Amino acid sequence: MEKKKTFVEDIERSLYDIKNEDRPLYRSDTGLTAQIIRDISREKNDPVWMQEFRLQSLETYSQLPLPAWGPSLAELDMDKIVTYVKPDAKLTGDWTEVPADIKETFDRLGIAEAEKDSLAGVGAQYDSEVVYHSIKQELVAQGVIYTDMESALREHEDIVKEYFMKLVPPKDHKFVALHGAVWSGGSFVYVPEGVHVDIPLQSYFRLNSPGAGQFEHTLIIVEKNASLHFIEGCSAPKYNVTNLHAGCVELYVKEGARLRYSTIENWSRNMMNLNTKRALVEKDGIIEWVSGSFGSHISMLYPCSVLVGENAKAEFTGVTFASSGQTLDTGAIVVHAAPHTSSNISTRSISKDGGVVVYRGAVKVTNEAHHAKSSVNCESLMLDDHSRSDTLPVIDVMADEVDIGHEAKIGRISEEAVFYLMSRGISEEEAKAMIVRGFVEPIAKELPLEYAVEMNNLVNIELEGTMG
Amino acid sequence: MAEKLLEISGLRAGIEGKEILKGLDICVNKGEVHVILGPNGSGKSTLMNVIMGHPKYEVSAGSILFEAEDLAPFKTFERARKGLFLSFQNPEEIPGITVENMLRTAKQAASGQPVKIMAFKKELKKKMEMLRMDPAYAARYMNVGFSGGEKKRNEILQLLLLNPKLAMLDETDSGLDIDAVQIVSAGVKEFHTEENSCLIITHNTKILEQLSVDQVHILMGGRIIQTGGASLIEEINAKGFTHLLDV
Repeated sequence: MEKKKTFVEDIERSLYDIKNEDRPLYRSDTGLTAQIIRDISREKNDPVWMQEFRLQSLETYSQLPLPAWGPSLAELDMDKIVTYVKPDAKLTGDWTEVPADIKETFDRLGIAEAEKDSLAGVGAQYDSEVVYHSIKQELVAQGVIYTDMESALREHEDIVKEYFMKLVPPKDHKFVALHGAVWSGGSFVYVPEGVHVDIPLQSYFRLNSPGAGQFEHTLIIVEKNASLHFIEGCSAPKYNVTNLHAGCVELYVKEGARLRYSTIENWSRNMMNLNTKRALVEKDGIIEWVSGSFGSHISMLYPCSVLVGENAKAEFTGVTFASSGQTLDTGAIVVHAAPHTSSNISTRSISKDGGVVVYRGAVKVTNEAHHAKSSVNCESLMLDDHSRSDTLPVIDVMADEVDIGHEAKIGRISEEAVFYLMSRGISEEEAKAMIVRGFVEPIAKELPLEYAVEMNNLVNIELEGTMG
Repeated sequence: MAEKLLEISGLRAGIEGKEILKGLDICVNKGEVHVILGPNGSGKSTLMNVIMGHPKYEVSAGSILFEAEDLAPFKTFERARKGLFLSFQNPEEIPGITVENMLRTAKQAASGQPVKIMAFKKELKKKMEMLRMDPAYAARYMNVGFSGGEKKRNEILQLLLLNPKLAMLDETDSGLDIDAVQIVSAGVKEFHTEENSCLIITHNTKILEQLSVDQVHILMGGRIIQTGGASLIEEINAKGFTHLLDV
């Protein structure tokens, strides 16, 4: 009898891999020099303080070393990266004004469709600039601002100046310094006190240009007792040169406010994804992160919640899927800096075909944070013998009377569980698919509905014979 | 003449090169209830796993016929679809798959027909009531966080919904309190008809009180050393297994 090998299919990528002609209006030289930064700043019509900020960040960048831990970034050669690619498209609120090839890209990704059905506002970035932005009139009437960062810098300069890179300062690490120097695009959201944005806003980031970097900045302020669900999606077609993503997300959750930040990342496997996300949560505030990491060659991503007010809460729910050629080093960081703060971290990861997943997270409790509570649960499933999974949690507690729990499990598909399902008449193939689906189910049900397709593809399993 | 459902002849089987079943014959006719008694480690669970086609066990000699068809070429799920069912001694916990989803998938797989959702839900609810299971358990993940008794009732629930031709119960009554044993026993009685059969491993004869037992087999050291009627149960209860070795 011919013995067929069992395999779990990769995420179907053909949808993401369609390339458009690279025809930017402006493209910076490769590499990083003060002159390149000045050129970008000029192209973007920055205010003087922003140009200064960029140049200072570049200075910081050149002084900082590469991280001494985590996956090797040796393949990243900044001299070959183009940091700014201005698409040949003006920002508009009307899809018919978006150039046809760019519009088609976002159509294929389902952005316009989702906008009609399930979103209160949409931003779409193509390479370095946002080309489309919309928001429902009802929200505007309530004082909600949702726009690209460039417009925010022009129209709400005082707010941007107050918050921009204050939570994530450029000196934090090399790639936020880089971000500070070359940032472009991204979203700005301001939700006034007491306003509840019931339907999500979504920004989508698409990188089309080979060898380019994307450095969008997302700044969200949710005022006292307000609430918001923000979704970000990202993807790129695959090239045989390295692309770089070093975005920065700063989230301010004020007293009694609530923010849910969902991300589905599906970068191509030539992408270095070195992203920094941080939330500052005040008294009684809640930050909920939902994170799906499926793409990129190397990812280093550790969303951080700083709980500075009493009773502030952080929830992190994440799923990571690494296949051949991928090292996804992700996790969550929570800093408990006030009494009675709580956090809950729950992740599931799958590795196959030589893929490497690492959970790297930290829970820190400062000496003021008595009665802090934290629970961390990380589970990973390796689908074959040559894939890897590691769990590296750090727990650092400086206060008394805290309640910290950590649970980590690394395993394979249980043969006994497969036998159990098969003994009920379920085929081996379906039994394994059910187990993998079941494994990610607690996370999958948190993902935004529009992204269900990603999860379905994830568990699109074709199995025959035995695993391995 | 009674119609043979399961016929095991000269069965030798083991795991990782170690032979556990050393030439074993059992024949179960349609409508019959057979009980297998034997001390721990005698090969009772191995026998059921081998009949169900567990991939870890190797059959080195003999045959297992089900409705006169040799089961050897068939995988576990194919055997299940032919009408074999195993109630596990330690049912697996499967996170993320609800009882309802699992059962619906299994029923669909077994029948090859799409299952009508509303009718299925109704049937599920009815059977759960019969087994005095909280209906909320239908939405819970398979056996996750279930007590020992709840897991066993969940096995019987699957038995009732899948309605196989042969129910093999591997110590389904072990670790249960007296009320739970009665519920499980009533479930098996509900399942059993003239058309189907039971093969029961037990250490506790309470589960058998509501059933009429046709044959009792004593399994020791990988062989059936004695077969008799229901009266053999009382004899074992009174004297234990070891006296049989003296015969």
